[in-house]
Amino acid sequence: MRKTGKQTWVYENPIYINATGTAVGPKEADGPLGETFDITHKDLHCEEDNWELAERRLMTESIDSCLQKINLSYEDVDLFLAGDLLNQNVTANFVARHNQIPFLCMFGACSTSMETLATGAALVDAGFANRVIASASSHNATAERQFRNPTEYGGQKPDTATATITGAGAALVSKEKGIVRLTSATIGRVMDYGIKNANDMGSAMAPAAADTIQRHLEDLNIAPSEYDLILTGDLSGVGSPILKQLLKDEGYDISTNHNDCGLMVYRPDQNVFAGGSGCGCSAIVTYGHILNELKSGNLKKVFMVATGALLSPTMIQQKESIPTIAHGVVLEHIGEGG
Amino acid sequence: MANNQKLKDNYQESIKPFQPKPSYVANCLKAFLVGGIICTLGQAIQNFYIAFFDFNEKNAGNPTVATLILISALLTGFGIYDRIGQFAGAGSAVPVTGFANSMTSAALEHRSEGIVLGVATNMFKLAGNVIVFGTVSAYVVGIIRYLFKTYLL
Amino acid sequence: MEYVIAFAVGGIICVIGQLLLDLAKLTPAHVMSSFVVAGAILDGFGLYDKLIEFAGAGATVPITSFGHSLLHGAMKQADDHGFIGIGIGIFELTSAGISAAILFAFIIALIFKPKG
Repeated sequence: MRKTGKQTWVYENPIYINATGTAVGPKEADGPLGETFDITHKDLHCEEDNWELAERRLMTESIDSCLQKINLSYEDVDLFLAGDLLNQNVTANFVARHNQIPFLCMFGACSTSMETLATGAALVDAGFANRVIASASSHNATAERQFRNPTEYGGQKPDTATATITGAGAALVSKEKGIVRLTSATIGRVMDYGIKNANDMGSAMAPAAADTIQRHLEDLNIAPSEYDLILTGDLSGVGSPILKQLLKDEGYDISTNHNDCGLMVYRPDQNVFAGGSGCGCSAIVTYGHILNELKSGNLKKVFMVATGALLSPTMIQQKESIPTIAHGVVLEHIGEGG
Repeated sequence: MANNQKLKDNYQESIKPFQPKPSYVANCLKAFLVGGIICTLGQAIQNFYIAFFDFNEKNAGNPTVATLILISALLTGFGIYDRIGQFAGAGSAVPVTGFANSMTSAALEHRSEGIVLGVATNMFKLAGNVIVFGTVSAYVVGIIRYLFKTYLL
Repeated sequence: MEYVIAFAVGGIICVIGQLLLDLAKLTPAHVMSSFVVAGAILDGFGLYDKLIEFAGAGATVPITSFGHSLLHGAMKQADDHGFIGIGIGIFELTSAGISAAILFAFIIALIFKPKG
């Protein structure tokens, strides 16, 4: 039964990630996970003329790196699912223009990575595509410029702020045996607990992550201890403790097996306030470090919950609060049984 | 989800313990320091113009402000002003250098959209409110004062 | 000595701004707008001139002096031309600042590239 409980999809066929690709900017390359990324750039412009071109380059490079690892080309891929933070999803659209793979654009803010992965796996499971590429990207400068202020503006950011990741990740999903297995996914609902501060997205996203995680555990009738790691996308330093508290109030204890990509990707001395955020955050950590750990067996079962703040500067100016969403995918180490 | 409903109603209150507070004293000290330094620099520049050029106390403010604006624009162009801003907060935003930075950074950022539609159109994106409010309040106060002077004194 | 007073007064005005940012949680845009209005109002009561006499650059450098200059220019022309003079004089004293800001912002945008 594919639909399980209220919001969870259990894939009937074995679905695998066959390869992944990651491309990042200088700050991420300099961080604790720097060695796990395929392509790194020394400069935020990534050898392009402007920020938007740089972000497109990152997404294209992540996809190319992914395909190169398994000797495939664009023609071998049936479907491309991707998204980014920019208006009209220009990064994803223009990359799709370049690679000419049949394309479904998706927007989930910073939850796009798992949104595309879950949907891609579902389409493969149901036989609508044999090979799907799921990708997400973000860039610090394009996000700053669109959501907040010009990059050289001297405004002071508070400690609750997060730094948008400059990076892109791509994964190829199919039924052919690969690196890790995707077993289930939970599609989130939009939550809004009234946070209006665009400089504190962790507080806004924690309820969405809590809702999705709780729903997932209830739908599958399992406990948090089922997973070696429950990883969130970018709740960062402010949202992570709030998440643990929210779940604890509902009777779920994730204090021993929770971590957050936004906290993993930067060192505290890199001037990133509360941690990393952005579509690229969950993508580069999941498709790099986490996949390595799952491949080697250090991690056996991971529930990756990407969290997105569906933020719009116009809505903030109209004094609206920030709605948020979280989508989760279960990734498993392939044992001898496969 | 009963717990969650109650939590939703006073979520903002309940998460306050989790949100880091700004270090008020440190921020004020940094603002005082940087703001003071910029004003002292302004005083030095003003004295320079009075001493070496044909300015007096009354009108030396003009070239002083223009000079500070130039310095701020250059620092913005070199990518240094945003770091000063993060450190100093109001200390670099409140002096006229902050005004210049807001205009220069907006103009610089939108260069990729061309000179007419990018640089020129977006230049006042952040500084517009200062000019609008300054002008409107000057009008209002000016009219009130004028009426006061003419009819009541 | 004038340097010390300039430092202190300028610093204090900035501290007020910082408190508005941190405690009142206003955005920088709101703080700057409030300051420029405050400058105009203070000049309306004739107080800002006294502050400039006392603190020199400590009062002319902060954005409050922009509000003061706008009103000052307006009142000067109002003395000569009456009501209409208010509109004639508003940008008279602030012309140096605004035109400098526009010119330099334009030139910098042409020469430099944002660094992020």
